[in-house]
Amino acid sequence: MTSPRPIATSARPITSPRPGVRRSRRNTVIGVVLTALMLFPVYWMLNVSLTPQQDMRKTPPDLLPLHPTFEGYRAVLNDQMPYLGTSLLIGLGTVAVTLVLAAPAGFSLAKLRPRGGGVLSLGLLIAQMVPGIVMAMGFYGIFLNLGLLNSWWGLIIADSTIAVPFGVMIFTAFMAGIPDELTDAARIDGANTWRAFWSVVLPVSRNALVTVSLFSFLWAWSDFVFANTLDGGGELRPITLGIYHYIGNNNQEWNAIMATAVVASVPAAALLVLAQRYVAAGVTAGAVKD
Amino acid sequence: MTIARVDRPKRSPAVSGTGTADRRDAPSRRRRRRSQLTALAFVAPLVAYLAAFYVYPLYRNLDLSLRNYTVRSFVAGDAPFSGWDNFSQVLNDPTFGPALRNTMVFTFVSIAFQYAAGLALAVFFNRHFRLAATLRALFLIPWLLPLIVSASTWSWMLNSESGVVNYALHVFGVSPVDWLTSPHWALTSVIIANIWIGIPFNLVILYSGLQNIPAELYEAAALDGASGWQQFRRITFPLLRPVSAITLLLGLVYTLKVFDLIWIMTKGGPGDSSSTLATWSYQLGFGTLLPKFGPGAAVGNILILIALVFGLLYIRVQRRQEA
Repeated sequence: MTSPRPIATSARPITSPRPGVRRSRRNTVIGVVLTALMLFPVYWMLNVSLTPQQDMRKTPPDLLPLHPTFEGYRAVLNDQMPYLGTSLLIGLGTVAVTLVLAAPAGFSLAKLRPRGGGVLSLGLLIAQMVPGIVMAMGFYGIFLNLGLLNSWWGLIIADSTIAVPFGVMIFTAFMAGIPDELTDAARIDGANTWRAFWSVVLPVSRNALVTVSLFSFLWAWSDFVFANTLDGGGELRPITLGIYHYIGNNNQEWNAIMATAVVASVPAAALLVLAQRYVAAGVTAGAVKD
Repeated sequence: MTIARVDRPKRSPAVSGTGTADRRDAPSRRRRRRSQLTALAFVAPLVAYLAAFYVYPLYRNLDLSLRNYTVRSFVAGDAPFSGWDNFSQVLNDPTFGPALRNTMVFTFVSIAFQYAAGLALAVFFNRHFRLAATLRALFLIPWLLPLIVSASTWSWMLNSESGVVNYALHVFGVSPVDWLTSPHWALTSVIIANIWIGIPFNLVILYSGLQNIPAELYEAAALDGASGWQQFRRITFPLLRPVSAITLLLGLVYTLKVFDLIWIMTKGGPGDSSSTLATWSYQLGFGTLLPKFGPGAAVGNILILIALVFGLLYIRVQRRQEA
């Protein structure tokens, strides 16, 4: 994703630079148009979040927020702050649980060759295929019996099930690429396996750490299925439920709903910026093996 | 997302039986056992976690689907065993047919369009023009947005009276469509939104697949006078087949379980017109005042079964490619 290869892939042999440059410019124009089309819903979300209530059902709708209002965002500040805080807490908790479980396991699967490692890997792959709604129903019964329903840390446990198998797979793929000499050198210096993992392998695996953290945060932040089934009536409810109840309760104030949606999208935007540096390498290492 | 398979070194055919070899092996075997223990200690937390938070919920779900639960016995946990009753009840339910059909239509139509669009975009972005990397990154946004955000945005865009989509149709002289409230259009609407969400994933994976096709092939083809379309048909598409297979199968597994999007946009309605196995399962278990946990869990388990078929197919394809 970082270093573009020299432009040798163009169809016809380039005789003069002119047509190539022109074609590149044309491609850029097409690309910008396609991107604009693709991102129109995102733009529309922003536009509606700034539209005054009385203009909401106007025909034709205002394509540009010429008379922006911030009443939607004011509503977010008044109503949604606790939900945002809960989501932050649940997101960070999920990241912690995921990293603590996935990083050592990935290290073991990649470097220590535990017996039954193949079966475990297969199990993780299958675990990713279980529909969230099925997990939610199973969790509901368990949480009901244990009295964990409507608790924020019960939701952390449930949300972590989305991220842990993915995390182990990313760590395994990444750590398998770390040369053995590195850990061997640490071992010769007298470090035990834990030390080798903690002070040699983990620091080198920064890309994988960032990738797994970002995705597990994003998934926990975005989770709706578990939140709605396991935390529907809790004191601390996440932002996805905040939006959902907004839609249910005041069907009319779409600028407030869309303003909440914009705020709830901020972590995704942050991820996108960071993605350029870390995630691409991590995900493609896990997704498509060369 | 695949897994790096741990390749175990083949154990050398040890000449066992001779005493000297055994004695020489003894310390190294002890060391191997110790390193084996260390290896297990590193995965032990994960295994315990999987047992408690994957296997047990799934077991509970299976148990739910095999017993006759009421709200009272759900809490008390003493529901009578009822065998396959829940399953036969679900299979004979008038909703089953539409839900299964909708699940299949939703999944396959979504996948087809996502893949086609993702592939076209991947080839396009592979041309290395100015801003290509930035624009490609922007294309990821729909994938990263929380589903509830995308779903509620699309709901408002597809609103019958004030939606911008109907306004655009109006500009082109098409009469307005009741996207979310008409039984003819509800499924189409959620499919459109789902395609939008799924394109980036296909783009990312297929693009990284394109990176692995050597540029010399295109140069040689260009020298031989192959047109752009011929290059795509003869080089890109065949060489991308392994990556395509993985993308499609992963897409299948992921799309089968889509729940949030449909639930937020239409709740499976109107009627059953956009309900899939996932939304129906939720509807049975949580959607009403009188929850039917047993049938809900049964539908969920049928869904798992379908997902597993494609999942195992995925694993097979994957293994064959690695071999």
